[in-house]
Amino acid sequence: MTVFENIPSTIANLNALAGGLFIIVTFGIVAVRQVRACLRFFILQSIFLAASAFLLGAGSFSVHLMAVGAINLVTKVWLLPWLLQRLIPEKVYTRREITQVVSIPTSLIIALVLTIAAYFLSLPWLQAAAAVGAPRINVPIGLAGLLLGAYTLTTRREAVPQLLGLLAMENGAFFAGVAIAPDLPLIAELALAFDILILAFVAGVLTHALHERIGTTAVSRLTNLREEPRE
Amino acid sequence: MSRRILFNVLQVLVVMGFSPLAMGVLNRLKEIVQSKRGPSIFQPYRDLWKLFSKDEVVPEESSWIFRVAPYIVFVAPIFVTLLIPVLTSYPLFWAFMDDMVGAGFVLALGGFFAALAAVDTANPYGPMGASRTRMVGFLAEPIFLIVFFTVSFVADSTIPFIVQQKWVTPPANFFAPSHILLLIAFVMLILAEKGRIPVDNPSGHFELAMIEESKDLEYSGQGAALMKWGGWMKFFVLMIVFLNVLLTPWGLAADLSWGAVLLAIPLVLAKMFLFVVFLVFVESSLAKLRLFRISEFMSAAFVIAVVAMITSAFTR
Repeated sequence: MTVFENIPSTIANLNALAGGLFIIVTFGIVAVRQVRACLRFFILQSIFLAASAFLLGAGSFSVHLMAVGAINLVTKVWLLPWLLQRLIPEKVYTRREITQVVSIPTSLIIALVLTIAAYFLSLPWLQAAAAVGAPRINVPIGLAGLLLGAYTLTTRREAVPQLLGLLAMENGAFFAGVAIAPDLPLIAELALAFDILILAFVAGVLTHALHERIGTTAVSRLTNLREEPRE
Repeated sequence: MSRRILFNVLQVLVVMGFSPLAMGVLNRLKEIVQSKRGPSIFQPYRDLWKLFSKDEVVPEESSWIFRVAPYIVFVAPIFVTLLIPVLTSYPLFWAFMDDMVGAGFVLALGGFFAALAAVDTANPYGPMGASRTRMVGFLAEPIFLIVFFTVSFVADSTIPFIVQQKWVTPPANFFAPSHILLLIAFVMLILAEKGRIPVDNPSGHFELAMIEESKDLEYSGQGAALMKWGGWMKFFVLMIVFLNVLLTPWGLAADLSWGAVLLAIPLVLAKMFLFVVFLVFVESSLAKLRLFRISEFMSAAFVIAVVAMITSAFTR
C-alpha cells in the first residue's frame, strides 16, 4: 500500500534517531535562554527534519522525499536564518535571560507531558501504521513538535523565539507529513516553503519595526497601553 | 565454576588497581590541555601511599558514623563490581545476585554515608557540601530510574550482563533512538554524580563553592585514603557501566580461558582512555554552572531520558 514497506532496519532506526533528536532540539527551542541559541536549535531541528526526509527517501527509493529534504535544507537551514539575521538587528540576538512566563524546569516538565500526550493521541495511527509498515516514529514526534511549538508561542515573551515557535510547529507538521503523505505534489511543498519564507520576512520586518519603535523586542510590553518612559 | 569466582575476584582487583590510574590520566590530560605539564599519571598511587602511612585525626565531636563511613564508601563500588561486566561478556559467579537497580542502590548507599559523615563533623563546610550533594543526588535519582526503565523495557532484563548484548544484536539496534538518547542522558548523569565540570569543579579549592569535595575535608590519613580511593572506584565503575553495558560491549572476553580474560584488560583500558579524552574535552570546553542552574542541567538530562523511554515505545 505505501512506499515504506521494505525499509532496511538500519535506516528505520536512523530515521527514528532523527526523530528522537528532533524532539530533543524542540525542547531546546522551548527552554533555552539566548535568542541566538534558540535560532541555532531551530536550524538543528530543520536539519533533523531534512535528515528524516532523506533517510525515508533513501529507504523507499523515492526521489520525491529527497526533493522535500533538499527544499527544507535550502529554505530553513540556509535562507531563513540568513533572512532573520539580516532583518533583525544583532542586539536582539545577543540578549540573554528572556523573561519567560514559566520557569525553565517547569516548562520542560510541561513540554514532557505534551510529548507523552502526543504519543497517546497518535496511538490509533500507530496501530494503522503497524499494519502497512509505515515508519512509526514520525507521527507522534511530529505531533509533539506541533504541540511544543504552540507551547513556545504561548510562554515566550520575545518576538524572535515566538516566530521560531511558529516555525517549529510547521516543522512538526512537516515531520509527520513526510510519513503520512509522501506523495504530496512537489508544487505544494514548494509553495509551502515559499510561504514560510514570506512569513519569516513579514515577522522579521515587524520585529525590526518593534525594535526601532520601543527599543526592545519583548512582546509583553505591547500589552501596556499607558505611555511609559523608554528603558 | 571456580574459574568464574576467580574471574569475578580479578574484576575487583582490576577496578581497585586501575581506578587511581584512570584518575591520574584524566588529571594529567586536563593539565596538558591547559598548557601545563601536570603531575605524573601515577600521582594518585603516591597520594594513597602517603595517606596510608600517615596518622589519622578524628574530630572529638564526631560519632561512630564518621569512623565507619570511609569503609562503606570504599566497599560499595567493590560490591557493584561483582555485578557488572568489567572483563567478560558472559555472566560470572555473583552476576545474578542483584540487578542494575540494586547496583545503583549500593552506590547511593556509599554517597549517603559520606553525606552523613560530613554532617557528623562540626565543620560548617561539611554539611553545606553534603546538602548540595544531596540536591544534585535527588535530581539525579529520577534520571537513573528512567534510564533503568528504558533499559529494562528494551532488553527485557536489568541484569547488566544480559543488557549489554541487546544493543548490538542486530547491529542496527545500536542506532535505535532510545539507545543514543540513553547514552547522552547517562553521560550527563556521570558528570553530575561524580561532580565533574558543568556541575562542580573538582580542582577548585574554595570551600564555599565546593559540592563534591567538601564532604571529606575533615578526613586525614587512612580515612582520607579510603574516601579518595572509594570515590575513584565509583567513577571507574560508572565509566565501566557506561562503556561495557551501554556504549561498546566489544573487546570483552567471550570464553572461559585465562588468555582471553587477560587480553580484555588492555582493551577495556583503551576504551576507557578514549572516554577519558572525551571527558577532558567536555571539561575543558564548558564552564561550571551556577548552583541554581544545576537543576536546569538535570532537567535537561531528565527530558532526554524520558524521550529515550518514549521513543523506545514508538519503535518497539
